[in-house]
Amino acid sequence: MTPTWVQLANLLAAVLFIFALKGLSSPKSARNGNLLGAAGAVLATAVLFVSGIPLSNILLILAAVLIGSAIGWISARKVQMTQMPQLVALFNGVGGGAAALVAVIEYLEVGGENKISLAATVFTVVIGSVSFSGSIITFLKLQELMTSRPVIIPAGKWVTMLVAALTVVGAVWLVISPQIWLLVALLVLSLIFGMLFVLPVGGADVPIVISLLNAFTGLSVAASGYVLNNVLLIIAGTLVGASGTLLTKEMAKAMGRPITSTLFGAFSGTTAGNTSTGGDRPVRSGGPNDVAIMLGFANKVILVPGYGLAVAQAQGTLRELADLLTERGVEVDYAIHPVAGRMPGHMNVLLAEASVPYEQLKEMDDINPEFATTDVVLVVGANDVVNPAARTDKSAPIYGMPILNVDQAQQVVFLKRSMRPGFAGIENEILYDQKTMLLFGDAKDSLNKVVSALKNL
Amino acid sequence: MDGVALLTIFILSIFVGFEVVSKVSTVLHTPLMSGANAIHGIVLIGAITVTGSATNPLEITLGVIAILLGAINLVGGFVVTDRMLEMFKPKKPVARSDDGGAA
Repeated sequence: MTPTWVQLANLLAAVLFIFALKGLSSPKSARNGNLLGAAGAVLATAVLFVSGIPLSNILLILAAVLIGSAIGWISARKVQMTQMPQLVALFNGVGGGAAALVAVIEYLEVGGENKISLAATVFTVVIGSVSFSGSIITFLKLQELMTSRPVIIPAGKWVTMLVAALTVVGAVWLVISPQIWLLVALLVLSLIFGMLFVLPVGGADVPIVISLLNAFTGLSVAASGYVLNNVLLIIAGTLVGASGTLLTKEMAKAMGRPITSTLFGAFSGTTAGNTSTGGDRPVRSGGPNDVAIMLGFANKVILVPGYGLAVAQAQGTLRELADLLTERGVEVDYAIHPVAGRMPGHMNVLLAEASVPYEQLKEMDDINPEFATTDVVLVVGANDVVNPAARTDKSAPIYGMPILNVDQAQQVVFLKRSMRPGFAGIENEILYDQKTMLLFGDAKDSLNKVVSALKNL
Repeated sequence: MDGVALLTIFILSIFVGFEVVSKVSTVLHTPLMSGANAIHGIVLIGAITVTGSATNPLEITLGVIAILLGAINLVGGFVVTDRMLEMFKPKKPVARSDDGGAA
């Protein structure tokens, strides 16, 4: 059996994982926490190779570890920070896929003698596969390789329920009477269910789904640990399952909607409410000079950055604008919606990348009372998080999500590329308001023009 | 190890998992999710174990794929989390005086 010192090393790795999660919960200790987790992972993997437990195919194993590590390392290093959410989704998916494969191989090697162990194997296959295919769909949505809108399949609710029922029946049947074709069928059913589960989720809710699938992968890893009698896998998987579940709940709370409506809302067939009005309504558009004057002579300005800002790589230019305004004696704050960007906290990461002082970033609950006394709000590349439809329009997919109350400010300036609605695909009434001015163009380009106009003021 | 011992470990881990991430500010939701994501990449050692006892070509092939996927998850997860957190480096506390001046 496993030597005692190996078990102790695994225990140490498990403790390091706990410290990692604990550390990640506070800004000061986060980076060290993550490094502790990585150290735990290296320790556990290294110990496995020198433990004396016989490993056949050792060269293949080493080659696969090295190649996989290189792929992971390089893609994590190369990715643009704006595209980081989909990379996390992808990593989560491959983790789920790995857990499912481990369970399949264990089944092939051991068979279904022990029923409890077999049940854990089947659980791992199902949940791991759901996490795999679901994560791939979230990746495609975020990468915009497919539409980010909810995909409504005709009678999708019934199809999904049928597939879910078949999956459960198949799983039970497989435990009772283990047969290889049934395992393959179950694998396919689970993969289909994972896709059906994520397809109807709207773009803005995708982060919540990633977090949920992350918890799923954790649970499937824990179950695979039971199958393999490996305590470290049980602890690590369960930690992720539990913390991921809590995190999912927190995120859903930040969006102001119960998790069930996120996941099943689209099934009821409510698509974006009032899209009928559209393009022919008059809007007030202005030039960079108008915007510079409004901002330069204001007492108090709040900047609302959104994903569009990050896509245009304009965080640095926005900071330049903020610095200029501060020099002129204008009070400047950044209002950060909890789900600005594509994931909770994503915008903080993106602005920190542009060295925006941490202290100027105000969270939604702190900044919302300030809008009423603000002269100008500058919204750059954000839309859904300032859309009052979330307060008033019960048919809107974002109804109930807490928003930044920019409509209470004296004047609102939107930097937008076009009148195209935001990620959630809903018309925003503020755009047509009297006090709103629109400056069309690429965010970085527009900000540069405003900055140079401001310098000449 | 017997089933009850494993179940005990499982249940206690649930509580630890809930406890360590309670009261996290939204600022850190993304890095935390990413870090947790990296941790379940430890399924890599499960993949190595089953591949180490695989005997036929099908098992070995699936095992190698599982190892590749697990390693991508584990290494990529920790590296991308570190990149996110790189940006939370404590900066010089100049903001204090800024605050005073603006107000």
